[in-house]
Order: sequence, then structure tokens, then C-alpha cells
Amino acid sequence: MDFMNVVVCVKQIPDGDQSTYKLDPTSHNLVRDGKLILDDSDSYGVEMGLQLAEQAGGGEVTLVSMAPNSETSGLRTALAMGAARAILVSDAALAGSDALSTAKVLAAAIKRAGPDLVITATESSDGYTGTIPVQIAELLGMPSVTFSKKVTVNGDKVTVERQTEEGYDEVEVPLPAVISVTAGVVEPRYPSFKGIMAAKGKPVEELKVADLGLDAASVGAAGAGQEITSVVPAEARKAGEIVVDEGDAYQQIINYLEQLKVI
Amino acid sequence: MTIKDDPAIRAGVEAAHESFGLSAEHAELRSVVERFARNEVAPVIGELYEAGEFPYEIVAQMGRMGLFGLPFPEAYGGMGGDYLAFCLVLEELARVDSSVAITLEASVGLGAMPIFRFGTEDQRQEWLPRLCRGELLGAFGLTEPGGGSDAGATRTTARLEGGEWVINGTKSFITNSGTDITGLVTVTAVTGRGSGGRPDISAIIVPTGTPGMTVSKKYSKVGWSSSDTRELSFDDCRVPAANLLGQEGRGYAQFLRTLDEGRIAIAAMSVGLAQGCIDESLRYVGQREAFGHKISEYQVLQFKIADMEARTHTARLAYRDAAERLLAGAPFKRQAAIAKLVASDVAMVNAREATQIFGGYGFMNDTAVGRFYRDAKILEIGEGTSEVQRMLIARDLGLPART
Ligand SMILES: Cc1cc2nc3c(=O)[nH]c(=O)nc-3n(C[C@H](O)[C@H](O)[C@H](O)COP(=O)(O)OP(=O)(O)OC[C@H]3O[C@@H](n4cnc5c(N)ncnc54)[C@H](O)[C@@H]3O)c2cc1C
Ligand SMILES: Cc1cc2nc3c(=O)[nH]c(=O)nc-3n(C[C@H](O)[C@H](O)[C@H](O)COP(=O)(O)OP(=O)(O)OC[C@H]3O[C@@H](n4cnc5c(N)ncnc54)[C@H](O)[C@@H]3O)c2cc1C
Repeated sequence: MDFMNVVVCVKQIPDGDQSTYKLDPTSHNLVRDGKLILDDSDSYGVEMGLQLAEQAGGGEVTLVSMAPNSETSGLRTALAMGAARAILVSDAALAGSDALSTAKVLAAAIKRAGPDLVITATESSDGYTGTIPVQIAELLGMPSVTFSKKVTVNGDKVTVERQTEEGYDEVEVPLPAVISVTAGVVEPRYPSFKGIMAAKGKPVEELKVADLGLDAASVGAAGAGQEITSVVPAEARKAGEIVVDEGDAYQQIINYLEQLKVI
Repeated sequence: MTIKDDPAIRAGVEAAHESFGLSAEHAELRSVVERFARNEVAPVIGELYEAGEFPYEIVAQMGRMGLFGLPFPEAYGGMGGDYLAFCLVLEELARVDSSVAITLEASVGLGAMPIFRFGTEDQRQEWLPRLCRGELLGAFGLTEPGGGSDAGATRTTARLEGGEWVINGTKSFITNSGTDITGLVTVTAVTGRGSGGRPDISAIIVPTGTPGMTVSKKYSKVGWSSSDTRELSFDDCRVPAANLLGQEGRGYAQFLRTLDEGRIAIAAMSVGLAQGCIDESLRYVGQREAFGHKISEYQVLQFKIADMEARTHTARLAYRDAAERLLAGAPFKRQAAIAKLVASDVAMVNAREATQIFGGYGFMNDTAVGRFYRDAKILEIGEGTSEVQRMLIARDLGLPART
């Protein structure tokens, strides 16, 4: 392939982590009204996309994101890394979307870019259902490979080392395809100032649900097939037990393991 | 545990460190370097520092990010940024480690900048692309064993002989002058005597490895342990006549401009170190208990930290104001001296207070505040001592030089 068109899905998420996220008490939705940033998990996909385009001897990375309030700061970070352009879907009608409606929107936006390869992260850092990649693939009618830890494009095929519990599977699928990559597959570059300046001038196309030819009733709260009925905090991890060796530590450990019924 | 892990504290740090007043691009650069320093520098620097090792891998990474080319035009391999961008980067680096920051500061501000500003087209083409990529480091040798503040008392000499400069003399405390990737040292030397016997000082580029230049072993320093500092001696060291940098006899005047800018850069580093002291203190007081309470509950410590914050904020405004003046083409000499004077003092005071807050752990070399404590003092000395800054401010106010 002499020109490779890669789409990378990038989620823009609240700055912080699980412990700082706030949930809306009635909808149980994550509050996303502050500044959003590029999900770290997606920086691997962006880097992978850039490397594959370089290796193909030519190509471009197009970013696709769905986010509230016309948010672009996470996109700017990825554009500064070297992506060529971005498609942002932002529409009040999308509030309350579940994973499937998110996938419908992303799939429709991806289609416009006519990609040879679509890259996502394995799971996002804020929602982490890990369901979007395969849903997109199904909606686009493309093969998908998840948990990719090494990706090589050969002509019109992509070969993937797919992480498993024991090691990895080698999977080959025809292009176009959707792959989800694991953190650490590549070392994401830090944007240079030149990249940051160049990102200013790169096109970000902002679309509404209607621009994608989707029925507003099939997305957002209206289209959600899932309902979150309650959210409870995970039990805090208990402090570990410290065994001081006064000659009988081994016995204490054996007792402990026996009590756990693991020996 | 890093700051990022502690949400309660992170919010405070983030708010303290807002990018208010910066352009979107400067703010993005600041946050990229903040991330770089936290993820790439913080985990490894303690060990390098303790071993007195130069951070080659970090320098290579900074090179790939284009930080060494930040304030230079793209035509020379630079990033097309400005001096404020450079200062923001120095602040974020020094917030985590000063050795890394001074390595960048010296190579860009003292090594590359004079070549960009005063060099011929050939000199720029020869040196700038590699300096901008961080493949080579630049150094600048002004200080001598006999004195640094009084640059007019330079003893090193250079005479033209058969189309070559023949250099003799000694330079002390020269940053970046002995690394494996040092490319050049620009040295100041007396090249003649003007009317009334005043020395004509010129600047000459001496490439690494030139016969007659001896690089001594590293000094054993109180701080900046991972930065490279050496004494250089020149014994009939010969370089081509074309290595003159700028005008003959104008070396001193040329470098006044370089030093004025450099003061803003050192002020930015000082603010970074002062901020690092706040980051660390906020983190620590939330963890440590004494007399049955988190020490964060003691108002004495809260007030220490509030004062640290107030000082740092003020010093940050001072260096950013000086940088804005420089960018606007307005006179900035006095403001640069004020920024350096104030910010280096703030760094010293914050380092002392942070160490106090850490108690005994603050006196340990493996805590960041221990490193900050050792690194703060030189900020009141290098690139013009605090006394020299006061002298500059007084002169700029029209007070007379001693006759
Ligand atoms: C606290 C909480 C409350 C929630 N409340 C509701 C609710 O009320 N109703 C409901 O139906 N759902 C709810 N959700 C689910 C949430 O809206 C979906 O999870 C989300 O739309 C899809 O995302 P994910 O982050 O789980 O995707 P994952 O499948 O984990 O994402 C995998 C990858 O797909 C890509 N991707 C995912 N989303 C986007 C995007 N927006 N733009 C670009 N790329 C993307 C990224 O590469 C991402 O890493 C909630 C989730 C949480 C955590
Ligand atoms: C780690 C390190 C790195 C350095 N890197 C470099 C480098 O890369 N290149 C370089 O050229 N130099 C470098 N220096 C040298 C540094 O710039 C000088 O040490 C500094 O300028 C002070 O000069 P000095 O040490 O000769 O002190 P002196 O000039 O001898 O001053 C001694 C004391 O007298 C005071 N004093 C001097 N004159 C007056 C006056 N007129 N009125 C009142 N008080 C006065 C000073 O403030 C100081 O307190 C470095 C130094 C260190 C420690």
C-alpha cells in the first residue's frame, strides 16, 4: 500500500482519574462539563497510526471523536503529535448515549473518512466497557482484532500479535479492519512545539447527528438500550497484613494460606 | 507516590499552576513538558544525581522533542518558538530537576543563542542544526579562576598568527563543557588593547577536541550533580581565524545581551524549583502524622506553604513580565535583573522551608526536597550573582558606578 488512510478513535475525557470523577446523582452519568483531555490510552493508538502511515511510505491519520460542548483540547494534543485532521461529533442530542449509540455515531463518522485501518484503544480510562471497538467493527462490516500488541501491515492485510493470558495469538485479517491496541504497544511521542503550532492550522470538522444521517431517536438518552440503575463505590482495598519474622513467620504464612484454602 | 496519585492535592497544585495569560500553544507546550518531566525525568533522576551521572538518555529525549531548538527558526533546525516558550519549558523541568534544566538552558542560551545571534551564516549552518536536535551540546566560557563577576578582568588571551587564533588561559566552572556530546565551547579572550589600555574582548568558537584545550575532570559540586561542569585550560590552542564569533573586540558587549536574556531563563528555573518545593510539601503534609494529626492540619505549616505559594507566584509574574518585554522588543535589562534576584531568593527560601516541612527526610539525598535544597544556592550565583543583579538595577536607575 503506498498511501495508508488510518482512522484513530480518540476519546476526550475529564482530567484526573477514577478517584476524582464525579457522577451525576440522578442520571449516574459521568460529569463531563469541565475541561476534557486526550485519554492516555488513546495516545498509543495515535502513535501506532502515525508509525504505520510512516512505514507504509505515505499516509495520514484522521482522528474521530465524540465529545460534548465542541471539545477539541484532546484532539489538539493528538494533532500536535502528527495526526492530519479530525472529525468531531458534538451534539446536545448525544447526551446520555450508551456504548452502542456511541459506536453508531463513531462508525458513521469513520465511514466518511474511508479508512484502510481503524485503531481504537482496548478500553477507555473513564468508561472502560471495552465494547466500542467490536461494535464499530460490526456496524462497519469490518473484521476486528482486539488486544493488539504488535501490528504489521502487509499490502492489503494486517498481521496482529494478539495478547492472550498465556502469550499471544498471531491473527491475520484483510483490510479494512478495526484493531484495538493495548497500552505500551508503542512509545507515544511527546508533541514538539512545531507540532503544537502546526496543530493550530489543521482542520477539525465538527458534525451534528443529522450530518451523519442518523436518526436522533436512535442515539443519546432516547436511543440508549442500557439504563444505569445505581452506582455504588467499590470497597476500598484493605491494608495488607505484615508478618514480622520472629522465627515463626513461615508458620503464620502457612496458616494464612490454609485459611484462604489455597493450600 | 507521585503527585498525580493524590487527587486532593493535585487539584491544589493544578490551580496554583494555571496557565493563565498564556496563549493556547504556550499552555499546551507547558503541559506537555510537565508530563514529560513527571513521567520521564522524575523516576530516574534521583539515582543519576546520587551517582553524579550526566542524564544522556533524558537529553536525547529532549532532543527528539525539539526542546534544544525551541527558540530558533526552522531554517536552522529549530522549532520557531520564542524565548517565553523556552522559559516555560525550563520552569517545568526545574520543577522536577535543575540539572536537567541547566543542561538545556546552557546549551540553548549560552551555546547556541550567541551563534544564532552573532554568528556568520557558515557558523550557523555548521552548528545550529546539530545543537537544535540536541545531538551536540554547546557551552560558553566566560568565568576564570580569577573572577566571574568582573568580566572585564579576563586574563585569557587570543592572538592571530598565520590565519589562526592562538588561545592561552583558563576558564572555570564551565557548564556542558566535558560531556560525550559537547560540540563546542565559545570562550571569551583578550584580543588586544584599546585606548587607555582597556582590553578588547572577543568571543571565539573552540570545537571539542581541538589540540591545546584540556578538559579537566568534573568538579565535586554541592548541587546540580547531574550537570556537567569543568575547568578548561588552553595552552597554545589553535583554531581558524574564521572561528571568531561576532565582531572582534565586541565580545563583551555581545555577551551582555546574552547574559540579560539568560537571567530571565535562570529566573524561570528558580520559579520551577520553588514550585517543586510546593508540590512536594503539599503531598507530604497530607501523609505525615504527628501528635495524632496529619501535619497538614497545623496552621504553622499551612502558613509556610501559603507563603511559599505567594512568593512563587510573585516571582513567576516577574520573569514572565521580563520575557514579555523581551518579546515586545522593549527594554528588559532591569526587569530581567529583578526577576533573577527575586526568583533565586524565592527558590532558596522555599527549599529551606520545604526541607523543614519534611523534617529529617528533608535532609536525605534521596528525597526531591533534599535535591532542591542542594540545587537552590547556585541560582543566586550563576549568570550573575545577586550582588551583580543589584548593581545592574542600581545602574539602570541612574546611580553612578564607583570611580
Ligand atoms: C460512571 C459511568 C456512568 C455511565 N452512565 C451511562 C448511562 O447513564 N447510560 C449509558 O447508557 N451508558 C452510561 N455509561 C457508559 C458510557 O457512556 C459508555 O461507556 C461510552 O459511551 C462508551 O464508552 P467506553 O468509554 O466504555 O468505551 P470503550 O469500549 O471502553 O472504549 C474503547 C475505545 O473506543 C474508543 N472510544 C470510545 N468512546 C469514544 C468516543 N466518545 N470518541 C472516540 N472514541 C471513543 C476509544 O479508543 C476507547 O479507548 C456510563 C459509564 C460510566 C463509567
Ligand atoms: C555550577 C556552576 C556552573 C557555572 N557555569 C558557568 C558557565 O557555563 N560559564 C561561565 O562562564 N561561568 C559559569 N559559572 C561561573 C559563575 O557564573 C560565576 O561563579 C559567577 O558569575 C560568580 O563569579 P565568581 O565565582 O568568580 O565570583 P566573584 O566574581 O569572585 O565574586 C565573589 C563575591 O563577590 C561579590 N562581588 C563581586 N563584585 C562585586 C561588587 N562590585 N560589588 C559587590 N559585590 C561584588 C559577588 O557577588 C560574590 O558574592 C558557573 C558556576 C557554577 C558554580
